[in-house]
Amino acid sequence: MSAGEPPINSPEIRRLAPVIEPGHTYGTVTDKISAIVLTRPASFGWFAGFTVTFAMVMVLTVSLAWLIIKGVGIWGINAPIGWGFAIVNFVWWIGIGHAGTLISAILFLLNQKWRTSINRFAEAMTLFAVACAGIFPLIHTGRPWMAFYMFPYPSTMGIWPQFRSPLIWDVFAVSTYGTVSLLFWFVGLIPDLATLRDRTVSKPKQIIYGMLAMGWRGSARHWQRYQSAYLLLAGLATPLVLSVHSVISFDFSIAIVPGWHTTIFPPYFVAGAIYSGFAMVLTIAIPLRKAYDLEDFITMRHLENMAMVMLATGLIVAYGYFFEFFMSSYSGNKFDVFLVQQRLHGPYNHYYFALILCNILTPQLLWFQKMRTNVPVLFVMSIIINIGMWLERFVIVVISLTRDFMPSAWGRYSATAWDYMTFAGTIGLFVMLLFLFVRVLPAISIAEMRELVAETSEEHK
Amino acid sequence: MEHRSHIYGVVGEFVTEHQLIRAAEKARDAGYRRVEGYAPFPVEGLSEALGLKRNKVPLITLIGGLCGGIGGFSFQYWVAAIAYPMNIGGRPLNSWPAFIPVTFELTILGAALSAVFGMLALNGLPQPYHPLFNVERFAKHATTDRFFLCIESRDKKFNLAEAARFLQGVDAHHVSEVRDD
Amino acid sequence: MDGMSESEYNHFPMHHEADSHDEDRAEDLTLREHPLDLAAVRAKLQSKSGKQYWRTLEELADDPHFEQLLHREFPRQASEWDESVDRRDFLKLMAASLAFAGLSGCQANVQTNIVPYVKQPDGMILGKPLFFATVMPFGADAVGVLVESHEGRPTKIEGNPDHPSNLGATDAFVQASVLNLYDPDRAQTVTNLGEIRTWSAFLDGAQASAAEIKGANGAGFRILTGTIASPTIADQIQALLKLYPQAKWHQWEPAVSDGAREGGKLAFGRYVNTVYRVEKANVILSLDADFLASGPGHLRYMKEFYRRRKLDQYAEIDRLGPEMNRLYVVEPTPSVTGSSADHRLPLRASEIEQFARALAAKLGLGGDGTLSPAAGKWLDSVAKDLQKYHGSSLVVAGEQQSAAVHALAHAINAALGNVGATLYYTEPVEVNPVNHLESLRELCADMDAGKVNTLVILGGNPVYDTPHDFDFTSKLRKVRTSVQLSPYFDETSEHCQWHVAESHYLETWGDARAFDGTVSVVQPLIAPLYHTHSAREVLAAFSDKPGVTNYDSVRDRLKTANPSGDFEKFWRKTLNDGVVADTAYAPLGGISSKFNPAGLPAAKPAAAEELEFIFRPDPCVYDGRFANNGWLQELPKPVTKLTWDNAALVSPATAEKLGLTHSVAARGGEHGQIISNVIDIALSNSKVSAAAWILPGQADGVVVLPLGYGRKKAGYTGTNKGFNAYAVRASSALWVAAGGKISKTGADYPLACTQYHFNMEGRKILSTGTLEEYNKNPAFAHEGDEQPAKSDSLYKEFAYPGYAWGMAIDLNSCNGCNACVVACVSENNIPVVGKDQVMRGREMHWIRIDRYYKAETPTNDPSTNEHDALANPETFFQPVPCQQCENAPCEQVCPVGATVHSAEGLNDMVYNRCVGTRYCSNNCPYKVRRFNFLRFQDWETPQLKLLRNPEVTVRSRGVMEKCTYCVQRINNARIEAEKQNRPIRDGEIVTACEAACPAEAIVFGNANDPNSRVAKLKAQQRNYSILGELNARPRTTYLAAVRNPNPEMEKA
Repeated sequence: MSAGEPPINSPEIRRLAPVIEPGHTYGTVTDKISAIVLTRPASFGWFAGFTVTFAMVMVLTVSLAWLIIKGVGIWGINAPIGWGFAIVNFVWWIGIGHAGTLISAILFLLNQKWRTSINRFAEAMTLFAVACAGIFPLIHTGRPWMAFYMFPYPSTMGIWPQFRSPLIWDVFAVSTYGTVSLLFWFVGLIPDLATLRDRTVSKPKQIIYGMLAMGWRGSARHWQRYQSAYLLLAGLATPLVLSVHSVISFDFSIAIVPGWHTTIFPPYFVAGAIYSGFAMVLTIAIPLRKAYDLEDFITMRHLENMAMVMLATGLIVAYGYFFEFFMSSYSGNKFDVFLVQQRLHGPYNHYYFALILCNILTPQLLWFQKMRTNVPVLFVMSIIINIGMWLERFVIVVISLTRDFMPSAWGRYSATAWDYMTFAGTIGLFVMLLFLFVRVLPAISIAEMRELVAETSEEHK
Repeated sequence: MEHRSHIYGVVGEFVTEHQLIRAAEKARDAGYRRVEGYAPFPVEGLSEALGLKRNKVPLITLIGGLCGGIGGFSFQYWVAAIAYPMNIGGRPLNSWPAFIPVTFELTILGAALSAVFGMLALNGLPQPYHPLFNVERFAKHATTDRFFLCIESRDKKFNLAEAARFLQGVDAHHVSEVRDD
Repeated sequence: MDGMSESEYNHFPMHHEADSHDEDRAEDLTLREHPLDLAAVRAKLQSKSGKQYWRTLEELADDPHFEQLLHREFPRQASEWDESVDRRDFLKLMAASLAFAGLSGCQANVQTNIVPYVKQPDGMILGKPLFFATVMPFGADAVGVLVESHEGRPTKIEGNPDHPSNLGATDAFVQASVLNLYDPDRAQTVTNLGEIRTWSAFLDGAQASAAEIKGANGAGFRILTGTIASPTIADQIQALLKLYPQAKWHQWEPAVSDGAREGGKLAFGRYVNTVYRVEKANVILSLDADFLASGPGHLRYMKEFYRRRKLDQYAEIDRLGPEMNRLYVVEPTPSVTGSSADHRLPLRASEIEQFARALAAKLGLGGDGTLSPAAGKWLDSVAKDLQKYHGSSLVVAGEQQSAAVHALAHAINAALGNVGATLYYTEPVEVNPVNHLESLRELCADMDAGKVNTLVILGGNPVYDTPHDFDFTSKLRKVRTSVQLSPYFDETSEHCQWHVAESHYLETWGDARAFDGTVSVVQPLIAPLYHTHSAREVLAAFSDKPGVTNYDSVRDRLKTANPSGDFEKFWRKTLNDGVVADTAYAPLGGISSKFNPAGLPAAKPAAAEELEFIFRPDPCVYDGRFANNGWLQELPKPVTKLTWDNAALVSPATAEKLGLTHSVAARGGEHGQIISNVIDIALSNSKVSAAAWILPGQADGVVVLPLGYGRKKAGYTGTNKGFNAYAVRASSALWVAAGGKISKTGADYPLACTQYHFNMEGRKILSTGTLEEYNKNPAFAHEGDEQPAKSDSLYKEFAYPGYAWGMAIDLNSCNGCNACVVACVSENNIPVVGKDQVMRGREMHWIRIDRYYKAETPTNDPSTNEHDALANPETFFQPVPCQQCENAPCEQVCPVGATVHSAEGLNDMVYNRCVGTRYCSNNCPYKVRRFNFLRFQDWETPQLKLLRNPEVTVRSRGVMEKCTYCVQRINNARIEAEKQNRPIRDGEIVTACEAACPAEAIVFGNANDPNSRVAKLKAQQRNYSILGELNARPRTTYLAAVRNPNPEMEKA
């Protein structure tokens, strides 16, 4: 993937689109980006979008209230399908989060300049996705008010969590992931918050941004420690992001359920996560650069690189699908063999075919630069891939459970209105948070853009 | 001399990072030791120009990570094997492979928290007040598009007039004193 | 029973008896000495202890003498008081008002029987259950039971090992009967045209009409009952008939055919009762007889039958016969008995008689029957086999079969020399056997002719269950005074003038004969919950001595029957044992079949194309009397696995012909919801529409219409469930009806089916073999066994030094009768979730019975064309409780340690730690865990609170639950053992399912003790665990099923 790219100033890159359009100074980037937050008035589109998503959040609230009142029985789950939409959505959201961390951490370590203009909102996306994901493990339990049992606190009975359970690993992985992403994001924000503090004319904004900026003044000593802290965070976030989805995949691979119990899961889940994550970044970046004419900063180069990452991870995922079949037939485990045959011939095979179409066939278009540089195509494709990745989790979580060891207990699953409402609600929450984010915080890291300006001006000399 | 206490130092404003670096080097040559540069983004070579030493953040992070990891594993071991040993599906009490994921996550958590809070602590942040913000141009441009070099009054060699002259000498196109009151 | 030492068990009934006895005396004094001196009454009342206080007051209030006194003193108020509206009189008679509070409209006067003990009865230790012997009367049989009582609340029913009719076994009906006691929908008082009345008001009414009847010398007075096996009721009715010479007694039992009775008449010229000695039979032929699952003595027969199938059973003595018996079954529709057959031949019900005739002919009894060549071939080898075992074979004719078939069976058994060997004849158990159909026909004719003025219906529901062509309802309108006694205000009650709420058998004294004539006393465990009364009381009300109590009538009858000796002693022993010693009928001597098959009318060839409709009692609600019993409604029917509905059953081939199919619903799917086609059935000038169900193994061209559903007034649970088969049941075709038409309506109907997938997909779940294979290789169950050796494990074994609880289930003995399932529900407070939730795959049964078909490549969908494999597949049942795995996959994945392993190897479930992630259920390979998706338990209904077993946590919403091996029973036994400072004995702990199982298929015990029954079973080579390759190491293991086919037929 992008690791192998030649450095920015090598001749062949010249032919590629630049990561920032020429002619920008420290002042202009600062103005352009901070204006979105400080001066520019909220557009009608913003209000419209915000209202819609806010309404969806209300739907979420209602469905959660009803869930608490009645119990998880309002969902489509049953015996033997103990996990349904809730877990599917959980895995999907967590996966989406991963691209943010990946862009900000791994690409940072790999010193990829093009990450600069997208990492900020990619990280925001991570946070919001993790927030959406975090809802599900809590509410999918039969007694959510008892969920604190899953945390290690000294209880009067002297009982502790059961650390052999992947669900406990989840608790730690996801909370760590959430915390570290937040820190990473916030640390990145400090200099920009200072900028906003110093540029805003309104007193209240000055006070709020001032508090958040914690008195940052860009001192060289501060910058030195700041940089090593940021570098370390990046270094820590990289293994973390890989571990988180591996742990999520353990929820399945540790279990003995046919279709779950396989060692391919960790890498295949991580790849899938990055895949869906980049798709989501595109889904957000494309409208964003249009709405706030940030084409100068989020250039064709970014879109194309992300497309390439999607292509690469998409192929890894395809390899994962293939291996499911290979492994089952190679191992000859009759339960697995039966299950993968069910994927093709079972009552849910149309889900599987749809998933192959979305995740494997469609992305092959990305081999062509024409497609990679065609914004509408990319946008549609990013959405298709998001759908495909949701289907993948549905196939893994639900369909495996419909056909396990005891044929006498085989059943089927169909989601209820409440399942759909809850899912739609979290999508609403996610987008609403993004709407708020672009209005109150710089969607692109100003400080890093200045660096970029400095470097590019070097080259122009 | 009694005014000294009210003066934090003298600050000069530069347009490019290169001017700043040059000025910083000159300042050291001139024997100033209490000199600090300010920039809206991390400027390469500035630390060297100011002769800064390596910082302690990595060490703190390492310690934090180790505490998280070791603490994490030993806690799990204590819970599973000592505090409340139970036969869970015939698995051994100390199922150490199953304890690795949590151990790993706690390592990362410990390290990340100590990296960030260590950095903030060493930087003395949050810091609600700093004299430099009394300088209007600093407050306006330091975090946006200008570069500043401040010779602090704590410097043994400090003398208001000389420092100001020195800064003009390294073509700061704006020099102002920083009052601390 | 377990947890009960002989002494207390001996003691308590005596106490009980003495108690109620002097009460009766006490209150007599009250009444006679001071007529209506209420002060004195109150004084007397206060002087009594709480429990007696209540009972006495109740009896006092209901006591006829008392009311007579009132009438004598102030008639006006008395009559006003009968209306129970005048508040002033209420105040005046405040003592009585207490008792009558219930009558003034408030139905839920349930607390009245949970008043605390002011004086604790002897032998009662609070928190420690007591067991009382009694019997549950059922048709011409009575099942001996021991009822568990917690502080006076009967909560659980166990079999009485000393009772001949069941030897300690119980069936689903018996287990579920305790729920009927607490059913909140029960009728709770006397009503007149729907208006609440007092019992005394009814007595007055009854006495008034009694006077008239006497005047008319009994003309126009009719009694309608079901089959009566109670000597006292018999005596009472006979007395009435003596008193009113022209009165008549009619009987109608909807689900029992007259075939058996009339067959006896055909064969012997008299009514007889046939008792089988199944354990003595080496070869058994069932002519459409479900003798293992229904009919008098079926529990006894089941026990005996399966004792002959234990193979190398833990104790050789348990094998009565020298060899494994062999069962041939000829039947139109798969039954529980048929599923255990070694050879099963599906034949249309009408062809059964042909088969019997042909067999008789083969045995040289003359006559002839027309059979298809295939059936003929089958018959030949059966006949050979029967002859081979001359004197140790047995031919059983089905309850629903015609008189001719029964007569033929008698003749064949006689010819095979089985009479006296494998069966014997006795006096009929039912008092005054008559042809029910004719008896009912006569009644209807007389009612129509206006010859009936007073009709007393005892227990039945004729408006619902009589043949539609009799049009009982409209005829009932012509009867001036109609009285019905029934436990519910049902379809008939609406049309009767008086309705008297009937007492449950756990509420009233009584008696009944078992299938072999043994008399037992019905001993109440609790005073009536409501103002209910028994058939005896109603009959007495119409007699010349209306005051007689149940207690007296039963006792007096027994006294007259046993004049000699110390009666008190005898009485106590009787109550204690639950049977009246040696009252079984002696075999009838010198009785021989005079039946000549040749004399039968020539067989009319049944048109093969024509559909044949047959009526059968439902395995769960029987004739409809259990319709409001949630436990039975939610119980998957043994063969179809349907719940909450009945359906018209057709064979795959017939379904194809009629274009009927199933589809699996997306919600619930195979484990919950199947969409079936709705059909219109036009039959005997009537029609009904029903859901069609395709049933492998059913005879082609046969449509089974299960009775007992489609109730219009059954109560909350039972109303409008399924379709009413009685609607198309005509007197001309009670059991087999031809000439009906079926048409698809195009509509679909969702059925709640708990197991639609019946194909094992080649997995090692239920292993079966033949006796031959078994003798060749006793370990055949382990062929291709992939279970890894313990040494292969990376982990060190956990040691279980003390007890290691385990269970062994002998699949050779399980016929899916469901007794264990209901027993488990009753013992463990398992909630009823309702049809909708079952259709979502959320039923809560801790033990389920899986049904698999064995046929070469059975396709799972009966509605496909490849039905030849499913025309007559072998059926196997497998009870699946929690397997209590040593390497439990569920435990490892629980994040909060809510399910952990006990030191004795139990897979414990900690309800109040469970947060409900359902991960354990996902990871359970056997899918035995049940989750409370919603709040399934009923926390409000007060009656149901009384029903619960206080030793088992009542689970609420959001927690996982599952079989615990009845851990509460384990701990009771442990406490007993520790008190006596000894180890727990083998057999001391009996789990609910084990206790109920009539086939002794389930054995629980300490696997560490090499001498325990369970250890011996597990040591057998037949012993295997489901899906052993998963290395979960279940503590519940199975003994492979072994069938004993006739080698000749194998070749054939």
